[in-house]
Amino acid sequence: MPADVLTALPRIPGIPKPDPILVADGVHRHFGGLVAVDIDHLEIQRGTITGLIGPNGAGKTTLFNLLTGFDTPDAGAWSFSGKNLAGMSAYRVARLGMVRTFQLTKALMRLSVIDNMKLGATGQTGERALGALTPWRWQQQEKEIEARAEALLERFTLGRMRDDLAGTLSGGQRKLLELARALMVEPTLIMLDEPTAGVAPALTESLLVHIKTLRDEGLSVVFIEHDMDVIMDISDWIVVMAEGKVIAEGRPADIAANPMVIDAYLGRWHGEAATPEVEQAIVEHPPGEGER
Amino acid sequence: MDLVRSLVDAIRSALGTSAVMFALAGVGLNVMFGYTGLLNFGHVGSLLVGGYGVAITVNLGGPLWLGVLVGIAAAVVLGLIYGLPTLRLREDYLAIVTIAAAEILRLLTRSSALEPITRGVFGIQKFANAFYSLNPFPLGSYGIWRITWSANTLWAILVGWVVVGLSVLLVWALTRAPWGRVLKAIREDEDAARSLGKNVFGYKLQSLAIGGAIGSLAGIFFAVQTQSVNPDSFQPLFTFLAYAVVILGGPGRVLGPVVGSVLFWFLLSFTEAILRQATLAGFIPSWLLTAQEVAAVRWVLVGLGLILLMAFRPQGLFGSREETLIDAR
Repeated sequence: MPADVLTALPRIPGIPKPDPILVADGVHRHFGGLVAVDIDHLEIQRGTITGLIGPNGAGKTTLFNLLTGFDTPDAGAWSFSGKNLAGMSAYRVARLGMVRTFQLTKALMRLSVIDNMKLGATGQTGERALGALTPWRWQQQEKEIEARAEALLERFTLGRMRDDLAGTLSGGQRKLLELARALMVEPTLIMLDEPTAGVAPALTESLLVHIKTLRDEGLSVVFIEHDMDVIMDISDWIVVMAEGKVIAEGRPADIAANPMVIDAYLGRWHGEAATPEVEQAIVEHPPGEGER
Repeated sequence: MDLVRSLVDAIRSALGTSAVMFALAGVGLNVMFGYTGLLNFGHVGSLLVGGYGVAITVNLGGPLWLGVLVGIAAAVVLGLIYGLPTLRLREDYLAIVTIAAAEILRLLTRSSALEPITRGVFGIQKFANAFYSLNPFPLGSYGIWRITWSANTLWAILVGWVVVGLSVLLVWALTRAPWGRVLKAIREDEDAARSLGKNVFGYKLQSLAIGGAIGSLAGIFFAVQTQSVNPDSFQPLFTFLAYAVVILGGPGRVLGPVVGSVLFWFLLSFTEAILRQATLAGFIPSWLLTAQEVAAVRWVLVGLGLILLMAFRPQGLFGSREETLIDAR
């Protein structure tokens, strides 16, 4: 299992991986005076599930946006499967096989579920204006795409909703649809931004099984998550961000025990008796203020 | 008062030259607004370059068919000019830029600086004789029952509706294909489309170019039918009436703008004819409404009708109620 090679790695932030699919170097993004992302070095191991965690405002989603071409960093270089992505637009990044989902689910509401799925397919001749006018060139292709979409819908238990408008699905079903739709692009790396946010517990369970299955089939997965149980359950490796930086990396067990991570989440005064001195210190250095 | 006469007027108008022009403009606008979600408020600019493309080309000694091609090409270029600087920005910028660009175009064509080419406020006349020389109908009046047109108008209307049919066919072929699916996806959420590997910018440009080209046909039809172009025929109001036509029929439906246009002109003429006769016959007291005010009042009624439509049938005539309800969530 590819994740096993990670066990031997030292737990140092930015540690190189044996077989990285995604490498970021000096990626920096600031909004006015606020430094949103400031990564020295980060590598993601191929064929594993990497959890990206950190308190609100740590820069996780911004990092996703930067890596997938939805935002442009002020400085830095990053590559996917050895291809330099700097300056590449989002749609070309997706075509290379690095596909992301969104924190606020982007189901295409007034399109049917099956149309949502078929949209994910790449290389459809009928998507070009001139190609569209020569139906004999795309209709066969469309049948193949439809078959693939239907198989994925079955797998994600959305088969019954095939012809419903995506806007009529529940929040959890939309998350499933978004994941299934991303798979239509045939990615090698899938970036999930809070895949379980707002999803009912039962559906969360099946979502996680799906994500693990994808990993076992050879896909690399990076996901942002706030639910610690989920993180600890499915991650092979965890990257912790705070204030735009990677502050820790390691196997789930290491992260759970890492005092810096606990500080980042709870503030540095957690666990201390609330003496007047400590209260004063908290007022002067509220949680989340950058020292580490 | 003569109800039959009002009805005849209304039907003539619903099938007549204005309905053709608005149907063409609506079909073009529908590609941009209905399918792609692009708020082009300068659609009348495509009509202007289309009409002037024909008029200027013929005026300079070119054949009419070349003028038509020049008009269409100019509208495609205009679509690209609208899109290139604005499509990467937030969508409302397109609305602002296009409404200004169309006004700039109108003011340029009526400026004295361009008078040698555009003849400024005087406009250009009598450039479509080649079209009417092809008219197969001998002089006279043609029609069914009391709904009749002169030979030349009938010829223009027939050709006009054929062009409407062809452009509807083109939009149908494009939008039933995966190409149309991408446009709708962009309308729903362009970031989602981008994340699935679609070149959103490229599709928006195509949508503006194709929608503009179909819109230019409306301008060309208008120019050829009236044998005249004048800058002030291309006021911003036209764009908004074209929106009314598209929304009335149901945006994002292939036949929506055509039915919208026919119905729009039917209602507009019918209310005018009824009101005019009612005021003349004294059914409406003159302190309330005089015959001279009827033309203005019918526009008030159109506005009222649109408000009611938005309130009670926001999906238009052809749209799906289910889709509209989702949109409101």
